Amino acid sequence: MLEARDLVAYRGDHQVCHAARIDLAEGEHLALLGPNGAGKSSLVLGLATLVRTGGELRHRGAPITDAEAYRRHIAVVFQRPLLLDRSVRDNAGLGLALRGVGKRERDARAENELARLGVAQLADRSALGLSGGEAQRVSIARALAIDPEILFLDEPFSALDAPTRETFIADLARVLRERGVTTVMVTHDRDEALSLADRVGVVMNGELRQIDTAEAVFGMPADPEIAAFVGVENVLPARVERATDELTFLRIADRHVEITEPPPAGDDFPLMCVRPDDVVIAREAASSSARNQFPARIMRIEPIGRRTRLVLDCGFPLIAHVTRQSARDMALAQGDQVVASFKATVPHLLPRIRH
Amino acid sequence: MDLILQGIGGAIAKLAALDPDVMNAAVASLVVSGAATALAVVTGVPLGALVGLTRFPGRRLVLSLVNTGMGLPPVVVGLFVAVFIWRSGPLGDLNWYCTRQAMVVAQYLLAAPTVVGLTAIALQSIDPLLRVQLLSLGASRGQAAWLLIRESRLLVFGAAIAGFGAVISEIGASLMVGCNVKGDTRVLTTAITLETSKGEFATAFALGFILLAIIFVVTAFLTYTQQRRTYV
Repeated sequence: MLEARDLVAYRGDHQVCHAARIDLAEGEHLALLGPNGAGKSSLVLGLATLVRTGGELRHRGAPITDAEAYRRHIAVVFQRPLLLDRSVRDNAGLGLALRGVGKRERDARAENELARLGVAQLADRSALGLSGGEAQRVSIARALAIDPEILFLDEPFSALDAPTRETFIADLARVLRERGVTTVMVTHDRDEALSLADRVGVVMNGELRQIDTAEAVFGMPADPEIAAFVGVENVLPARVERATDELTFLRIADRHVEITEPPPAGDDFPLMCVRPDDVVIAREAASSSARNQFPARIMRIEPIGRRTRLVLDCGFPLIAHVTRQSARDMALAQGDQVVASFKATVPHLLPRIRH
Repeated sequence: MDLILQGIGGAIAKLAALDPDVMNAAVASLVVSGAATALAVVTGVPLGALVGLTRFPGRRLVLSLVNTGMGLPPVVVGLFVAVFIWRSGPLGDLNWYCTRQAMVVAQYLLAAPTVVGLTAIALQSIDPLLRVQLLSLGASRGQAAWLLIRESRLLVFGAAIAGFGAVISEIGASLMVGCNVKGDTRVLTTAITLETSKGEFATAFALGFILLAIIFVVTAFLTYTQQRRTYV
């Protein structure tokens, strides 16, 4: 559907984002994830030909030479709803009006999309009197009314309060599934990316650094910065002791670790990534399939949302997440001795970045 | 005090009798200033959109010139127009000296910078992302500009009101290029000057009342249109 090669997005004369390669399949949902100011929005504006770009951009296999014609096949929803001082119905039908669609058909299609987004009852109201959530629903209805081939969503939920946002994400996920529209969504929220996307691209410091399935990005981040951003809190310097066909034997501080992933070629000092959710805590060592078990002392206990974060010292620092219920049931307290374990299949190795 | 009361009393009598001289001046004012304002809006709004929405070399200089134009002294404009349409001037063949056409041109030059400048400000004050949003919805640059002008219609109508207010009440340019010809180029402001210089305070007051009434009615109409919502 959309291919980008060496795409560079500019703001004024400044290059703000580069993507070596993006291949967007028909019906696919891609989330662009990254910290604030990383260049995600600029990349989306570049893909939508709304800022100056360099490199190659192809739509349905053909190079995009007429940006205005290409933009008739896409729609963009921004962080703010950007509605006009008209009725909700007129706003939802605006894209159709720009395409010369007659008023009767325009109104019917606009009302249909408003109903799909759950705001049909607002059709006669002024768009300027809507709440943030309502206005953003109208904005998405406006985008979907033109039946776009590609829908770009630039952090459409970020201005909404938490409850509105959760309902909105669920509704949008449903609508996007029903419509099967190809979607590129910008977000800095990992949960949003996981809720709506088939693939995730990570943008950091003006570069699309990794693009893969959500499982791969979150499980096997391409570099330590991505690992830190996607929540892999344990990025530990390791030394490869030896490797067999089945296992790689690592040394971290004075501890031995066994993992199934082969070591990076030519790098005997990789970084080992373990997601805190993959670390299991027990009061005593138990016979289990986990190849890695370490006696550990709880250095700190911090509640984070519906989970508890444990900072452990097991010869090297290790972070573990457990449910608040588990922490209560096990009566975990600072200074307690526990056993931390993870399976050999869990860790992911990154080549060490050397400057 | 008696002089004022007599003047006001005489003015009411002239207005009640629909005095032909007073009515002719009122009609001339409406025609000339209305035409000049309409021309200023038709040409000034697109120019203001161009200056407000696009980036080009020398844009700041253009904006400075437009802003300077908003404070142009009417007599200087009258002087330039008079020189151009003077019999031996570059446009002398048009024979526009002492005509309403010449007054429209002079008043247009006074109103246009106001309309261009205020339109540019109005469009610059709109969220820049709204234009990007319109382009993303498939709008051509022209469609996007038109929608943004409609979106800032409050200020664009304000520009029209300001432009009309500036020209209906000016006197210098009208006097210099229109020559204050009775029944033709004599407008309310030039007529008031003339009647006052003759000591005809009743006529001057009558003309003054009409001028104020015209400004009020036209401004009220534009304000009503400005404030009217397009949706129901």
